[in-house]
Amino acid sequence: MTVLADLPTYDEALAVYEPVIGLETHVELGTESKMFCGCPTAFGAEPNTQVCPVCLGLPGALPVVNEAAIRYTVMIGLALNCTIVPWSRFARKNYFYPDMPKDFQISQYDEPLCVNGWLDVDVDGQTHRVGITRVHMEEDTGKSLHVGGSTGRIQGATHSLVDYNRAGIPLVEIVTEPDVRSPEVARAYVEELRELCRALGISDVRMEQGSLRCDANVSLRRRPATPDGPENPFGTRTETKNLNSLRSVERAVRYEISRQASRLSAGERIVQETRHFDEGAGVTSAGRSKEEATDYRYFPEPDLAPVALSREFVEAVRATLPESPAQRRTRLTGDYGYTLTDIANLRGAGVLDLVEQTVTAGATPEAARKWWLNELARRASDAEIPPSQLAVTPADVARVATLIAAGELTDALARKVIDGVLAGEGGPDAVIEARGLKVVSDTGALDAAADAAIAGAPAIAEKVRGGKVAAVGPLVGAVMKAMKGQADAGAVRALLLEKLGVS
Amino acid sequence: MTDLLHLSAAETAAAIARGETSAVEVTRAALERIEKVDESVHAFLHVAPDAALADARAVDERKAAGEPLGPLAGVPLALKDVFTARGMPTTCGSRILDGWYPPYDATVVAKLRAAGVITVGKANMDEFAMGSSTENSAYGPSRNPWDLTRIPGGSSGGSAAAVAAFETPLALGTDTGGSIRQPAAVCGLVGVKPTYGGVSRYGLVAFSSSLDQAGPLARTVNDAALLHAAIAGHDPMDSTSVEAAVPDVVGAARIADVTGLRIGVVKELTGPGFAPGVVARFSEAVDMLAALGADVVEVSCPHFEYALAAYYLIAPSECSSNLARFDAMRFGLRVGDAVGASGGEADAPGAEEVMSRTRGAGFGAEVKRRIILGTYALSSGYYDAYYGQAQKVRTLIGRDFAAAYETCDVLVSPTTPTVAFPLGERVDDPVAMYLTDLATIPSNLAGGPAMSLPAGLSDGLPVGFQIMAPAFADDRLYRVGAALEAALDVRRGHPLLDEAPVL
Ligand SMILES: [Zn+2]
Repeated sequence: MTVLADLPTYDEALAVYEPVIGLETHVELGTESKMFCGCPTAFGAEPNTQVCPVCLGLPGALPVVNEAAIRYTVMIGLALNCTIVPWSRFARKNYFYPDMPKDFQISQYDEPLCVNGWLDVDVDGQTHRVGITRVHMEEDTGKSLHVGGSTGRIQGATHSLVDYNRAGIPLVEIVTEPDVRSPEVARAYVEELRELCRALGISDVRMEQGSLRCDANVSLRRRPATPDGPENPFGTRTETKNLNSLRSVERAVRYEISRQASRLSAGERIVQETRHFDEGAGVTSAGRSKEEATDYRYFPEPDLAPVALSREFVEAVRATLPESPAQRRTRLTGDYGYTLTDIANLRGAGVLDLVEQTVTAGATPEAARKWWLNELARRASDAEIPPSQLAVTPADVARVATLIAAGELTDALARKVIDGVLAGEGGPDAVIEARGLKVVSDTGALDAAADAAIAGAPAIAEKVRGGKVAAVGPLVGAVMKAMKGQADAGAVRALLLEKLGVS
Repeated sequence: MTDLLHLSAAETAAAIARGETSAVEVTRAALERIEKVDESVHAFLHVAPDAALADARAVDERKAAGEPLGPLAGVPLALKDVFTARGMPTTCGSRILDGWYPPYDATVVAKLRAAGVITVGKANMDEFAMGSSTENSAYGPSRNPWDLTRIPGGSSGGSAAAVAAFETPLALGTDTGGSIRQPAAVCGLVGVKPTYGGVSRYGLVAFSSSLDQAGPLARTVNDAALLHAAIAGHDPMDSTSVEAAVPDVVGAARIADVTGLRIGVVKELTGPGFAPGVVARFSEAVDMLAALGADVVEVSCPHFEYALAAYYLIAPSECSSNLARFDAMRFGLRVGDAVGASGGEADAPGAEEVMSRTRGAGFGAEVKRRIILGTYALSSGYYDAYYGQAQKVRTLIGRDFAAAYETCDVLVSPTTPTVAFPLGERVDDPVAMYLTDLATIPSNLAGGPAMSLPAGLSDGLPVGFQIMAPAFADDRLYRVGAALEAALDVRRGHPLLDEAPVL
C-alpha cells in the first residue's frame, strides 16, 4: 500500500487532475413491514426474532411486494425529478453469501422504477446539479457478526453469527451520474439526499445505524491541456463501499483523489476494484478487484409480476409530496430573512421544525432562532435528548418571546421561566405566577431601591457623579438584588444615572 | 377391507358422509394397504399414521357434531414430497434436505386440511422434480404397479404409483414439464396440470418458478375435478396466482358432452418418435370423440419442435437460482464444517467451503447437471443467446397455441411417446429421458392447462391421452375428459385399472 507520505498534496493533485465522482446511496425505507413479507422492520430487536419463511428464504416460500415500498420509491423518484417508468421488473442478483437467505437478492437490474432525474446541491453559495441515473428497489441482506478475531472482520474470526432481522428490509438505491467534481459536493449531495428523504418521511436516514449508506466511485482524468481544450476521457474508477457518515464520504473521496493522483503521477495504473475506508486511519484499502468479481447472472424474477404503475397512481403520489428542503430554504430565506448558514445551523442542531412551529405560534423568526439555537439546543444536549423531546413546546417559547418583546420579561427572567417549564411546573404563565417572575415596573419600588443603593455607597455615587459612568455597576447590582432580579437591568442603570445627574 | 380402497374418492367421501364407513376406517385401510404393498412399490418416502389417524378422527368428530363435510372429507391422499407440511419432513427426494421439518404448511396443504382430506404421507419423486422416472430420487425409485420392473414416470412418480397401487385414491403432484401428466399416462391415471397461476405455489419447493404448477392425480376424471377444485384459487402469498374465478371443473366433469366441440389434433405431436401402439390408442380415442359428436380437425403448431430445447434452457436457468438457497447455512444437510484439510478443527473451513462441500454431497447428478446448465445459460455474455432466445421461443409457442385456439376449443395428442420403459433403461441417456416430455412441455411453456387420461393399453401397459385448453379454460379438459372416459369405460366394460395386476 502506498504510504501517506508519498501522496502529492491535495492541491497538487487537483492542479493536474479533475476528479470524477459518482455516488450510489442505499436508503432503508421506513415501512412498517419488510419488502416481500409481513415481518416488522424495527431496528434493534433481538437477533432473528423478526423473521418468517419468506425472509429466511425457506424452501417453498414466495415473495409478495409491499405496496408501501413502491409508493415510497415513487416519492423519492418524483422528489429527485425522475421519470417514473410505466412498467418495470424485479430481477434476481445471484451470489452466494451466508447473510443472503436465498443466495440471490431480489433487486432491479435493467428495468428500474425511476430514471433520469437530478438533485441541486448548494456548496459555498454555488449550486451544483447532480444527475440521477436511476432509483431502484431491492431487499437488504442479513447482518454477519464475525466472532473471535481482533477486528470484528472475517479475517481471523473463529466463527460468524448471522442476524436475519435485516434480511428483506426494503432499500432504494439511488445512483448518480458521474457529475460530482469535489469531495465537498459529494458530501453535500449525500446530506441533501438525507434531508430530502427525511422531509419525505420515507426513512429515518441514520447513517450511523446504516439506514443510509453510500458507495463512492472515484476516478481522475487529466485536466485539458489548455483551459478551453477538449476534455480527456474518464479514467479507471474505484468504488469505496459503505461510507457511513457524511464526514467519511468527504474524507474517503479526498483520500482516493490523492491516492490515485500519486499512482498516476508515478506512471502506475489504477486498478478497477472495490475499496474499504478505514475511519480510524483515514485511508482506503483494496477489496475485491473487478477481475475476480462475481457474475451476478441477473434475470427477471419469475416469482413476481412486473410493476405497472398507472399515471393516476403516480400523480396521486406527486400530489402528496411535502415541501422539499430546497423549497424550504427558499421560503425561509425569503419569509424569515434567514441566511443559508442560519438554516444549516438550525438544521444541524435539529431545531428547524421547532423554530418554524415557534414562529407560527407567534414569535418573531429572529427570537425563535435565537432561543432554540442557543438556550434550548444547549439544554437538550445537556439532557442528552433531541430538542424535540424537551418538555417545552414551541408555543411556550413563543409565549416567552412575546413577553420579552413586551418588556414583561428580561432574558434572565425568561431563562428562569424556561427552567420552570422544563421542571414540569406548567406553562410559562403558570411558572411566572408561581415563581413571581414578572419584571417589576412599579416606579415607586424602583425609586426607593435606587435611592437606598446610592445612600448605601456614597463613594461610588461620588465617582459616578464625577463622570466615571462605568463605576455604576455595583449600584445596579445592589438594586437588582433588592428587586430580587425582577427588574430590567438596563432600565435600572438608566434610572441610577439619571438620579446621579449623568444621563 | 380392500373394497374401500377400490372406491373412487367421491364414493369414499359419500360413504363416510352417509355413515356407511368412517374416515378412520378408510384411513386405516389405506395405511394397511401401504404397509402391505409399499415395500415393492415404494411410492412413499414418509408415512404419517398418527397424524393421518388424528386428522381422520377430526373428520369423524365433525360429522358426529352434524357439521357439513366437503366432497373429499375423509379421503386419503399422497402428498408429493415437494410441498411443505407441518409435522412431516420435506425432502424433495434429495439428500440435501434430509431430515428437514418445515415450520409451515403450503397453501395447498392448508386447503386440503380445510377440506378434510387426509394426508397419509409424502410421495417419492425425482430429486427436486427433475426427471421422468423417479430414478433421480436420492431415496431409490418408485415402481410402476402395472409392472414393477418399469418406471412409474416422474417426477410425480410416487404420487402416481400410490394411486395406481390403490394405496390412496388421490395424490397431489407438480408439473413443470409433464411431471403430473406423464406419470398419470404410464400408470393409467387421470392427471391434470391446471392453468399456471390457478393453484398457489406457496410452499411448493420451486424447481422452475415460471413453469411449476400443482395439480391432481386420481383414478377418475371426476375425482381429479374434485381435488382440482379443492386446491385452486387465488392466494395472496403467491404473486403469480391469478385472481380470476376458478373454472367450474366439477360441473364440467358432470356435463361430459363433446357435441359440437372443435377438437384439434396437433400434427407435430403424433409423428415420428411416437410408438405405434401409442399412436393406435390415441387415434382410436380421437375417432371415439368424433363419434360422440365432436368436430375433429388437424392443426399445426410449428414452433413446438423447439419447445424441448427452450425448456431445457429456461427450467435449468431458474433452477440454478432457486436451488442456490440449499447452502447448509439455515436448514438441511451440512457437510464438513468442523474438519479442515488437516483433519482437525484447527483449520475448519469457512462458509464458502462448507457450502461447496454440502452441495457436492447433497445434490444428485441430474440436479447438478441442470444447475450447471442454467448457470452457464445465465452467464454474462451468454444470456441473450440462451435464456433470452429461449424466452422468444416461449412467446412463439404461445402464439402457436393462440392461433390453434382460434379454430379449436381444445387440442389433443398422446401424452408420452411411449409406454412405461424399464427401470434403468434411460438413466445414462439424459436426452432420451428428456424426450419423454416432448408432448407435455408446450403447455408448461405457454401456461395453459392440460390433462392426461388413460386411452387403453399397448403391450399390456397404459397409454395416455392428452387434452390441452386455453389458459383459464380448465373446465374444457374435464368436459372432454369425462366424455371420453365414460365412452372408453362403456366399450371396455370396466375401468382400465381393473386390468392392472393385483399386488
Ligand atoms: Zn419475513
